[in-house]
Amino acid sequence: MALEDICNLRNSCLHQNWLPASPATSFLMTDCYNLGLKGPKKSQRNNEVPLQFFIPPLLNSTSFLNRSPSSYFQGNPPVTVRRPFPLSHGTTTLGFVFQGGVIAAADTRASAGGLVACPEVEKINPIHSHLVVTSSGSGADCMLWERILTREIRLYQLRHKRCLSISGTAKLLSFMLHPFKGTDVCVALTLCGWDKELIYVCSDGARLQGNIFSVGSGSPYAYGVLDRELSWSLSNEEAISLAREAVFRATHRDAYSGNNVDLFHITAQGCLTLLIHLFDG
Amino acid sequence: MFSVQTFGDTGKMKDYHYTGPVEHRFSPYAFNGGTVLAVAGEDFAIVASDTRLSEGYSIHSRDSPKCYKLTDTTVIGCSGFHGDCLTLTKIIDARLKMYKHSNNKTMTSGAIAAMLSTILYGRRFFPYYVYNIIGGLDEEGKGAVYSFDPVGSYQRDTYKAGGSASAMLQPLLDNQIGFKNMEGVQHVPLTQDKAVQLVKDVFISAAERDVYTGDALRVCIITKEGIDEQTVALRKD
Repeated sequence: MALEDICNLRNSCLHQNWLPASPATSFLMTDCYNLGLKGPKKSQRNNEVPLQFFIPPLLNSTSFLNRSPSSYFQGNPPVTVRRPFPLSHGTTTLGFVFQGGVIAAADTRASAGGLVACPEVEKINPIHSHLVVTSSGSGADCMLWERILTREIRLYQLRHKRCLSISGTAKLLSFMLHPFKGTDVCVALTLCGWDKELIYVCSDGARLQGNIFSVGSGSPYAYGVLDRELSWSLSNEEAISLAREAVFRATHRDAYSGNNVDLFHITAQGCLTLLIHLFDG
Repeated sequence: MFSVQTFGDTGKMKDYHYTGPVEHRFSPYAFNGGTVLAVAGEDFAIVASDTRLSEGYSIHSRDSPKCYKLTDTTVIGCSGFHGDCLTLTKIIDARLKMYKHSNNKTMTSGAIAAMLSTILYGRRFFPYYVYNIIGGLDEEGKGAVYSFDPVGSYQRDTYKAGGSASAMLQPLLDNQIGFKNMEGVQHVPLTQDKAVQLVKDVFISAAERDVYTGDALRVCIITKEGIDEQTVALRKD
């Protein structure tokens, strides 16, 4: 509005409190109005997060960062209202590369505070037939971000008639998570792909390629077992039993990991073999 | 109603334990108690909840059930903060109507669960303080239970307890329905009558030991014939 510009209202702190900057980022739009749906169709780039978030207003803020309009949160980074409940956390996941492909393994316990929220969570989920992602961090964050990633990969495949490479997928995920850096979104995913590639993506912004990754509260114990016996020339059975042993030892020592072990073997041909071991202990 | 109760890390109220001068901030949340339970059978599903609405040391209502009927084959149980429960069910109802009008069919239980997950995650930075459990029949007519955490992580289960007495009920269900930690027992599938009786017994136990659970129990039994509701009295003290 012209008067607004003359008075330089746009840059002052009042602007944020009174006028919605845009439907996607305004705190005036509560779920009651938009019912949790996406906003009206705008020309959005592919890597903008396709989910509308309700951002609570920061009560005592004094600094207003002037970021560019393309920044998802205009002005203030979202601060979560203090929650009276704990969220699910705590895990052991691992992945490594060897001559027969890639192995991904994880435990199946989801803990919330001191309670086991669910003893049979699937922490390893396929994105498509040649790519699997192991998740650790906050359960809800991982589940939703995997859904968003699967959706974006599928859209890419339909638009460009080819599969996005694993490094491309990791980059896409990392860029989608970037606006939430500094908030308490806690996501640490390991992408395990057909091309003997293993990439670790985390909500802090890290994107690392490697041959062996273990993530979670039980990862030090898993690393201890893996580092001892891991080599490129393992046979399929040896690799599977090594992964199972590593997760089992971690569940034994880490209170927040436990229950069963999920195991995926991604081969060079691209087929996924799912093995679920019942290891009640 | 204004609530200045603060909750410590364990979820217990900090008001009545002296820890020195404490600054009270306005908290947008309150804890209204209540327990919800859902069980899935071969061709039925049961969603049950108590009907007590409490806050702190008071009881606001003895007749406030926490099961809400969504479609002919789906019932949702919501416990936690009653204000968020009401708003969330209103939003779900509106979304169901919109889906019905655009797609000319009712949403299936699995679809409702996926939709609720995105609704809850849209409020990741100011969550609905609601523990949801959806019970219903899936497309094949089998019982389905979907349990949620307050920010949208969900999972299909056979049985789940949520709410204030969930930590007491879940191990009991693990033992009786999941046959966990029992040796030499035949794993018979649960019949509808046995499941209903189990749910009633389990709530009677919960009312004994949890102060926020009691007054009455509302049981919704979902079968392909429809939704049948029963009310059972519980301890009122």
